[in-house]
Amino acid sequence: MEHSTMQLAETRPPEEIKGFSVSAGTVGLRHALALCWTAFAALGRSLAVSSAISLVGPGLGMVPRAMEGVRSLSARRRELAARWSGVHIPPPPGPLPPVPAGASGAVARYRWIMSDPQTRREFVWVLADPIAGAFLAFFPIALVLSGVWGIGLAFFGVPLSVEWDGLWYQFIPIEGPVTAVLAGVLGALQLPLALWAAPRAVRRHALYTRSMLAPSENELMASRIEHLATTRSDAVDTQMTEIRRIERDLHDGAQARLVAMGMTLDAAEHLLDANPEAVRALLIEARQSSSKALEELRNLVRGIHPPVLADRGLADAVRALAMVCPVTTEVTVDLPGRPEMPVESAAYFAVSEILTNVAKHAHAGRAWIDIRYDHGMLRLTVTDDGQGGADASRGTGLRGIERRLATFDGVLAVNSPVNGPTMVTMELPCVLSSPKTTSF
Amino acid sequence: MRIVLAEDHFLLRDGLVRLLEAYGHEIVAAVDNGADLLRSLTKEQPDVAVVDVRLPPNFTDEGLRAVLAARREMPDLPVLLLSQYVEPLYARELLGSGGRGVGYMLKDRVTNGSQFLDAIRRVAEGGTAMDPEVITQLLMRKERDENVASLTGREREVLEWLAQGRSNAGIAQGLFISEKAVAKHISSIFTKLGLLPADGDNRRVLAVLAYLEQ
Repeated sequence: MEHSTMQLAETRPPEEIKGFSVSAGTVGLRHALALCWTAFAALGRSLAVSSAISLVGPGLGMVPRAMEGVRSLSARRRELAARWSGVHIPPPPGPLPPVPAGASGAVARYRWIMSDPQTRREFVWVLADPIAGAFLAFFPIALVLSGVWGIGLAFFGVPLSVEWDGLWYQFIPIEGPVTAVLAGVLGALQLPLALWAAPRAVRRHALYTRSMLAPSENELMASRIEHLATTRSDAVDTQMTEIRRIERDLHDGAQARLVAMGMTLDAAEHLLDANPEAVRALLIEARQSSSKALEELRNLVRGIHPPVLADRGLADAVRALAMVCPVTTEVTVDLPGRPEMPVESAAYFAVSEILTNVAKHAHAGRAWIDIRYDHGMLRLTVTDDGQGGADASRGTGLRGIERRLATFDGVLAVNSPVNGPTMVTMELPCVLSSPKTTSF
Repeated sequence: MRIVLAEDHFLLRDGLVRLLEAYGHEIVAAVDNGADLLRSLTKEQPDVAVVDVRLPPNFTDEGLRAVLAARREMPDLPVLLLSQYVEPLYARELLGSGGRGVGYMLKDRVTNGSQFLDAIRRVAEGGTAMDPEVITQLLMRKERDENVASLTGREREVLEWLAQGRSNAGIAQGLFISEKAVAKHISSIFTKLGLLPADGDNRRVLAVLAYLEQ
């Protein structure tokens, strides 16, 4: 199950809008206008879905494609709600339901949509949004338009009224200069009202979107359980693979060398009286075997849990990585404490793997690593100025990192346009312990 | 020489004491934790300290930190750090605590007694003893450095020995070439890396290490 669609955008806790400010108002109006466009888009997509359902043809036809379009639009709206109003709308619990084979006709299509609660919700939303969403978003803009119209009437309301045989501005009948000016005043009053209303309308709009799109507690719970089951089996697999690798390395490496050493020493013992010269050579060989065995053990331990990480924690361990990386790497860290050891280790190996990728594939001249912690999230970004074009869905390495981070509910996002730069962002929820202090 | 030794493994500590005494050195203190180490260093002011990086109670980098603390008081205290692993990061911190009389070696090197004692002697005389492994790791990241790439194979070998802190005579012996040839290679290395010729063995070692660490 794909769970990496989690928000990586900044989400502020939603706060009530207070008071009046012109800048907030103009920003609100801009947002409201953009939301109107999304209502238009929803109209287009609702037409697409409706026609896909009613089109004559076997099977489900275009319906899943149309619903995918709806889903991407709803994702956009989620993002806007989070960015503009700090309203967090949980993402869909899972992907679109699978397309059944052999179902045919409009009923089957309709049933396919209704089979999955989230798809059903999105279907209802896309039908309603061109009206409800558009109304909410358009309200402050309508106030502006009508205000401008009122002000205009102050200047040319009288001749217009004559031409049109009577003219009303809202509740004011325009019959002469006085009423025209009144219309202008009323119109002018609506402009600040619009500025006041715009941010509130945008926020209402976000709340309405949430009420339409948010999955129910049960669905979230079910998807969470599924996610946990997947990540747990992934974690167990990863662990097992690791243990097998360690076991094999020990068996083929240090263990074999120690056996060879024992044999060499045994041979040396037998030759001690007969051929002291040969014994010297054998002893040198035994010493070489011992340092080779040590070297292999060292590398093995580094692969399990690097000493710097154990000694100093994530920041210094990543600095040490940067020190031996062929690509010039700058590290900035802002960590008030140490994450728990498993998280620290996962983060370290993720950064290590990404740096290896950078050195191998990116043809980068420089790389930047940034590690910070806020709102219970450890956030790591690795940026390089290489050729870009890295793809999380194709690279097995990135998939592996993603799976390992998922064990800790972490997510990974790759932004890598062709020609670069590439930016890999990872987020891991965790708590920090205060750093250990020593007597020196 | 008067030596303070810090090592928590009993077997290794005992072995080191015997080895060093066999070569006629005096072990003025043999301790097994960071706090005791710091105390003996200040009290004994030894000619050289031989210290394991990982010491109780936390088994992290207490040895290194005790040494850095001691060198803040006594910048000229010669120290040879021993570790199961070498980390360029720790080498940098050690070198940053004043460039004289520091060494950082893998524990395995003690199995080669003469090499190990040579390192202790170099450090005690105010020189540098860097483990070849540290140099290898630092060179690894310099793969793309044009200046390093322009070195000949022989010059690169000389550079590795030089960065470990060997003298011209030592390098000549190790590579089976004449001292004159070593001097020639070294001046060529300094030219290619764009370093100013430094007088004194240790100064040039530090210059090379600083270059590798950039």
